[in-house]
Amino acid sequence: MANPLYRKNIISIPDFSREELELVVETAARLKAEPSKNLLKDKLIASCFFEPSTRTRLSFETAVQRLGGRVIGFADGGNTSARKGETLADSIKIISSYSDAVVMRHPREGAARLASEFSAVPVINGGDGANQHPTQTLLDLFTIKETQGTLQELAVAFVGDLKYGRTVHSLTQALSLFNCRFYFVAPEVLAMPDYICEELDEKGISYTLAASLEEVIPEIDVLYMTRVQRERFDEAEFKKIQGKFVLHAEMLRHARENMKILHPLPRVDEIDTDVDATPHAYYFEQAENGVYAREALLALVLNETV
Amino acid sequence: MQYTRTVEALKEGTVIDHIPAGQGLKILRLFRLAETGERVTVGLNLSSRHMGSKDLIKVENIALTEDQANELALFAPKATVNVIENFEVVKKHQLELPDAIQGIFACPNSNCISHNEPVQSFFYVKAHVNDTKMKCKYCEKVFSKDIVVEVR
Ligand SMILES: [Zn+2]
Repeated sequence: MANPLYRKNIISIPDFSREELELVVETAARLKAEPSKNLLKDKLIASCFFEPSTRTRLSFETAVQRLGGRVIGFADGGNTSARKGETLADSIKIISSYSDAVVMRHPREGAARLASEFSAVPVINGGDGANQHPTQTLLDLFTIKETQGTLQELAVAFVGDLKYGRTVHSLTQALSLFNCRFYFVAPEVLAMPDYICEELDEKGISYTLAASLEEVIPEIDVLYMTRVQRERFDEAEFKKIQGKFVLHAEMLRHARENMKILHPLPRVDEIDTDVDATPHAYYFEQAENGVYAREALLALVLNETV
Repeated sequence: MQYTRTVEALKEGTVIDHIPAGQGLKILRLFRLAETGERVTVGLNLSSRHMGSKDLIKVENIALTEDQANELALFAPKATVNVIENFEVVKKHQLELPDAIQGIFACPNSNCISHNEPVQSFFYVKAHVNDTKMKCKYCEKVFSKDIVVEVR
């Protein structure tokens, strides 16, 4: 029987069942332990970046090449026919006729869902505006499983910009399928949106709005840091919250031994470099895991069995 | 009775009655009833025993489907939709909130891809206790019904 993601579009985390998330995580672990050179043999992947994102693009293209596939595409949609007024629907019809799958990033929300309606082959969303970035969530899940040995019933704190951080929303939704407990640490204006909290309420999942980073550190297994952007505040407001959401090594004294710190990167100053040398830092390994998570996804979408 | 008189006048078509006063023209526009080429009669601020005042729309030769009638439920939940054949009411639609609504409202998110592409807008509809929420299929943003209905 074909795996449940075979020939599926990968658009949005809420589309995934718990079993499908587990399948990606397990496959990523397997491909990390035993690299496979043939899973995308003779496959041609279109890598369509209608807005530039060097990090995501390199991670996808590395994944394709490591599995023996080939890549066509573009790194900056500003140079393509989209600029001449071609619709995304038309672009995708043509591109999908050349390739076995389309990986795409686009500045508008909903672009990947729309593309999937016009594509002859599976579409994998590499980010659609402020909406979804499912492969980031999959690599986060893989990294959490790798460091904790399970995704079940973990205590996870999210810190920083919880309002605009799409990775935070998707990861919360995904982990809520595994009965995790949440701590949200954010300035009031960047608090977790109501609709996420309402979803958690509906599922009966417990979460705590915590005032400070230090009080949650002893309670948690995973500390997920994000950047608080200065542009979101006026100067006086920023002074008030500045430093409150920054992590230093000495704050980790009472952390559990298994506690790991994640960050979607790039970081600016919200994690002091003195944290890097502690056994809790795991954000660089997390970035590396992006390639394995994307390998797993591509392999599952393009092979009946992996 | 005024109601029977208005029905009498119509041989084939649909009568949408008990529209809250002020919503009639909006319904006409959003459902593009004026663009059908058929004769449309609109009554605004008619007196109603139950509602105080109401709007009413009659469209000749067009029978509203169940789906179309349910779409009306979003902004005129108490409207009555009667389909007329040969001067007789052959169908009284019971309005129910639809699960999804397509092509009627534009997405309030200006950065949503649905605005510039050859697709119809599409919202999933979910009733909450005090509000009806609509989620855009494309940008996945969730809006309160009133915000979506007010656009355009
Ligand atoms: Zn939308």
